[in-house]
Amino acid sequence: MAKDKLYVGAHAPFWHNGSSIRERSCNTILAALPAVLMGIYFYGAPALGVLALAMSSAMIWEWLVNLVMRKPITIGDGNAAVIGLVLGMLFPATMPWYAVVLGTLIAILVGKQIYGGIGCNPFNPSLVAYAMLLLSWKGLLEFDAMLVNYDFGVNMVYPIGALKHFGPKVAENYRLADLLMGWQAGAIGATFGLGLIIGGIYLMVRGYIRWEIALSFLAGLFVTALIFNAANPAKYGSPFFHLLSGYTLIGAFFLVTEDSSSPVNFLPMLIYGAGAGILTVLIRNVGFFIDGVVFAVLMMNLTNPLLDKIRPKALGRRIDYA
Amino acid sequence: MIKRSFFSLAKPKLAFPVLKQDLGDPVDIPLPAKAQVFLERSFAGSNGLPIRPGDKFKSGQRIGLGGEGDEYVVSPVTGVVSRISSIKGYMGRNLTSVSIDVEKEDVWDDEFGAAEGMLPAERIERFLGSLPGQPDFSSVVGFRPPLKTIVILGIDKDLLISTNQYVVGTRLEELIKGVGVLKQILGDCRIVLFVPAGLGLQAERTGVEVRALPPAYPDFLPKVLMLRFFGKEVPAGGRCEESGVGFLSAEAVANLGNAFAEGRIPVHKTLTVIRKDQSVVNVRARIGTSVQEILRALKIETRTGDRLILGGPMTGLSVYSEETPVLAGTDALMVQDESQAARFSDTHCVNCGECVRICPAKMPVNMLVRVLENQMYDEAVRTYDLLSCVECGLCSFVCVARIPIFHYVMLGKYEHERMKSAEGSNG
Repeated sequence: MAKDKLYVGAHAPFWHNGSSIRERSCNTILAALPAVLMGIYFYGAPALGVLALAMSSAMIWEWLVNLVMRKPITIGDGNAAVIGLVLGMLFPATMPWYAVVLGTLIAILVGKQIYGGIGCNPFNPSLVAYAMLLLSWKGLLEFDAMLVNYDFGVNMVYPIGALKHFGPKVAENYRLADLLMGWQAGAIGATFGLGLIIGGIYLMVRGYIRWEIALSFLAGLFVTALIFNAANPAKYGSPFFHLLSGYTLIGAFFLVTEDSSSPVNFLPMLIYGAGAGILTVLIRNVGFFIDGVVFAVLMMNLTNPLLDKIRPKALGRRIDYA
Repeated sequence: MIKRSFFSLAKPKLAFPVLKQDLGDPVDIPLPAKAQVFLERSFAGSNGLPIRPGDKFKSGQRIGLGGEGDEYVVSPVTGVVSRISSIKGYMGRNLTSVSIDVEKEDVWDDEFGAAEGMLPAERIERFLGSLPGQPDFSSVVGFRPPLKTIVILGIDKDLLISTNQYVVGTRLEELIKGVGVLKQILGDCRIVLFVPAGLGLQAERTGVEVRALPPAYPDFLPKVLMLRFFGKEVPAGGRCEESGVGFLSAEAVANLGNAFAEGRIPVHKTLTVIRKDQSVVNVRARIGTSVQEILRALKIETRTGDRLILGGPMTGLSVYSEETPVLAGTDALMVQDESQAARFSDTHCVNCGECVRICPAKMPVNMLVRVLENQMYDEAVRTYDLLSCVECGLCSFVCVARIPIFHYVMLGKYEHERMKSAEGSNG
């Protein structure tokens, strides 16, 4: 009878469009697959090992940190898996296990959980871990040394490193088509440019990453590289080379677009993306590090809260300029 | 439920279902044995009240509580008051509930009919404040300075509801009479009737300015309409009337016409019932009829865990009791199965920005929800535009982290109101 029936109260709206964090994570992983599978094809079992270890250890760290901090277990949302996967994609295939496990610990604990978990991190967690590893064990992220036993029958010097150390003359030895198709030495998930582009387009079209950020990053990088190249072609590489080497493409579609550390308004997204692109080329061309993407993105993460203050006036608000 | 589209480069558009031309008659809900109405007045005990249990009321008779203020409600039935009690409404409103044991034969009160000699504006204010369709006549007819524009909404504020479309489609004669009364009172006031695109020809027969618009949500919320159509931004926290535009529903205007033509106050409410499978049916029920009676008449089965929602899927109010009555403003009754209900979570905002992109008021929802979660209501109002909210519910609808953002926003508004009144009484 009516008396036994209990209706559940809730606040409007009573519908939801069905999106969820888990769905976003799953689609990000799906979009990474072309590049990841090609990486495994090129580098074989060691690459698979690094990726599997990175993903699984990231998830275990997440679970342990949740337990220690007595918070709800959040492995299910897939965010830890994405952080682990993206970090693994940035590593060379021969990365030792301890560095992978430590890297994911830094990513999950220092990059994300100490700020309060998903959505609260001011920096891209994967990049925080990568930067720390790069500063601590520089040798482990030297691709020429780490990949010395691999030979694909093409020039096996790390392209962006070759450009940095030997100038554009040497860089001309690389065919852009090879770079696009993954015939180059480099990180597991960052060399197959075409796969990253396909994954990136998928993510943009489905709205999981913002096209404003990804495209303005690429545009900022391209234009800056073009200006350097035009000013002194003997010293600075061509913009196409910058576009297809190093972490550029994985950066555009998987690093710079990370939700929590990037802005949400239109103009800020453009400034943020373009800023990261410009900084990348500045670091590559005049800075100390071989690849600028990591620090450029971390730098721009820092500006995110400030940039997002540029926003449209809300409905019916009068702004008094003092 | 409307799912996220596969491609989502642009904003999602939520469209209303537009009624087909063959509307048919509404399902009549039988006269209930008990009716209940609410008065916008806090109840401080029955001592000194002019009405008490045992009093008899006729259909169409004013029920007032006397004392200060002139809040009243029109008795929708003939019967004997069985209980007067206090009830808490949405946003902490204190209401007085009056239950009436209904007698089968209607005896009509003739006070309204006898007041033909009164000025129409006074007559409306005195008798027609609780017409089906919930007109806010005091802020339309009685607003000072007089309004320049009256908007009649022939489309409903929420998805799946077709109550007002239905009125435009089927009760055109009454609507025309209602418009006549409004013109008589307001003089050369501009009257605009908004209808969904399919109803344009029908609506033009009313003789007022008609705007047929594509039926997209939330374009018909008053403040959004003000911006999109009149190009006026209503100040945050302000009312549309202050910008010179008053809003009435088509149903209220039709009932106004009916009341003046018949000399009797209408007491039937048309409402859309949305079943669990989202099929809809329009019904006509006596105001004060409980939800239970409607479910019974339509043979809708419910079970524990389901939701009963007065209103539509985006902005309705869920109620926990089947005994909740249909009131003058209840445009819809939605029944939602437990398995269909949107689930919310306590995850933090992930800063994806979906809410910011969909917000019709361009609020920084991602920042707002952060300060609201931490109960910083003052900050929310001053820095993050809380009062600009037009209350459409789209932010919660698209939230990837499934935060009940709309709930936070309304809580914020409530707390802000409370702080303001506390400051007022202390200062």
